[in-house]
Amino acid sequence: MADALKMETKELSVSFGDVQAIKKISLRILPNKVTAVIGPSGCGKSTFIKSLNRMNELVPNARITGEVLLDGENIYNRSYDVTILRMKVGMIFQKPNPFPKSIYDNVAYGPRIHGIHDKNRLDKIVVENLKKAVLWNEVSDRLGASAMDLSGGQQQRLCIARALAVEPEVILMDEPCSALDPLATAKIESLIRALIEDYTVVIVTHNMQQAARVSDFTAFLYLGELIEYGNTRSVFENPQNKLTENYITGKFG
Amino acid sequence: MILFLFFMMWTFVSNGIGVINWTFLTDIPRKGMTEGGIFPAIVGTIYLTLGTIAFALPVGVASAIYLVEYAREGRFVRIINSAITNLAGVPSIIHGLFGLGLFVVFLQFGTSILSGALTLFLLVLPIIISAAREALLSVPMSFREGSLALGASKLGTIRNNVLPYAMPGILTGTILAVARAAGETAPIILTATFFFRPSLPQSILDGTMALASHIYYMATQSPNILLARGITYGTVLVLLSIVLSLNFVAIVIRTRQRRRKNW
Repeated sequence: MADALKMETKELSVSFGDVQAIKKISLRILPNKVTAVIGPSGCGKSTFIKSLNRMNELVPNARITGEVLLDGENIYNRSYDVTILRMKVGMIFQKPNPFPKSIYDNVAYGPRIHGIHDKNRLDKIVVENLKKAVLWNEVSDRLGASAMDLSGGQQQRLCIARALAVEPEVILMDEPCSALDPLATAKIESLIRALIEDYTVVIVTHNMQQAARVSDFTAFLYLGELIEYGNTRSVFENPQNKLTENYITGKFG
Repeated sequence: MILFLFFMMWTFVSNGIGVINWTFLTDIPRKGMTEGGIFPAIVGTIYLTLGTIAFALPVGVASAIYLVEYAREGRFVRIINSAITNLAGVPSIIHGLFGLGLFVVFLQFGTSILSGALTLFLLVLPIIISAAREALLSVPMSFREGSLALGASKLGTIRNNVLPYAMPGILTGTILAVARAAGETAPIILTATFFFRPSLPQSILDGTMALASHIYYMATQSPNILLARGITYGTVLVLLSIVLSLNFVAIVIRTRQRRRKNW
């Protein structure tokens, strides 16, 4: 069973100063599946997902205890190289954050900082990942154009292409559609389903329909605690916990 | 205010323009500095200005990067910030005296371009740090996060995805600060310039003439102030043109940046 896990958190707690954001969360993330993390605002979903690639460390006075395993190895080990970690575990942010560079340079950014400068190789990487992110057909004739001129949905798919370009194994998505219109959201969702062929996806969302549509497993967080975790269908159709049921049926949240 | 500015400009232009010709710009002073040109002073001002930039830009940018990207909020940063603010308000004659004591006498750089450039460097440093700090702060956090999330190191992120976007702002601030330094008189009189030195400086340890100090000398110390008046006005006009064109360059960079900035 241990071999079948892509990531696992063990008693993971994160606090900022005196505020404990998440409390002893133990969760298993299966490979080539979409795991959704849902819950009302302030429940710690973002904090949780950001501890999977150590982005929480950027916040001053963040304190992290417990373990996060990637392929069985604790990423919080002192010897674990955070550069390698973030290459393996990519991240898509809530608000699309393309860099003010050309479309090409955005996708090539990751490979370049990791030492790939060969023009042919970069060309290949850029084309390949734009295709994977289903953006190629829309931008193939203007790779030199500024990424800032793309629409919001295109920008987010560009960010996905940029993340894919460093060949991650896990992709974390922190409410990737919250700034997008329904059409752009639908495109990203179908893209997520296609991505799990090669990648493992963890997605944070406040949109329960989205979690139901896109994920295989769902974790429900409330006030920093993991309330329920399981197969998405069973969590939505047959929640074991009253809180989960109330949240899913829209009684609060 | 505008009227005053107009009047001032008119005085200098009308009195100075007649003096300026090719010889004035390229010849050395002659006949007890009542004739000839101001070439050594122009060159001296350019050297001092370039020297100031050479010290101020790297140190200013490095300090700002430290303050914005690395230092944690706390007492230390607060002290540095208030030092920057207060240093920016120190009168330039004090900088001059300090430079005289430290660079000219104690470090034995003598009356030289090096001493002058270092003194001006201290004068403009707080301004450049402030400008660079503002420019760095204006780069959105999400650019840093996006880069770090791709596995870039902190230094790599700053170099590739923060500094390039802050550079126009930093350059604008630097040019404005240096334009001010180019016109400073008190610091360089005490540390770098001679009343009369017709040959061009051969090294940074040579003293020099400079436009701002030349104006001061011509207007107050010349053996024949009346005869030198034309030269004084001409020098003023040259100095003003240099300072104003530097400011113009800064404005152009800023405007282009604003138009291109799309985040």
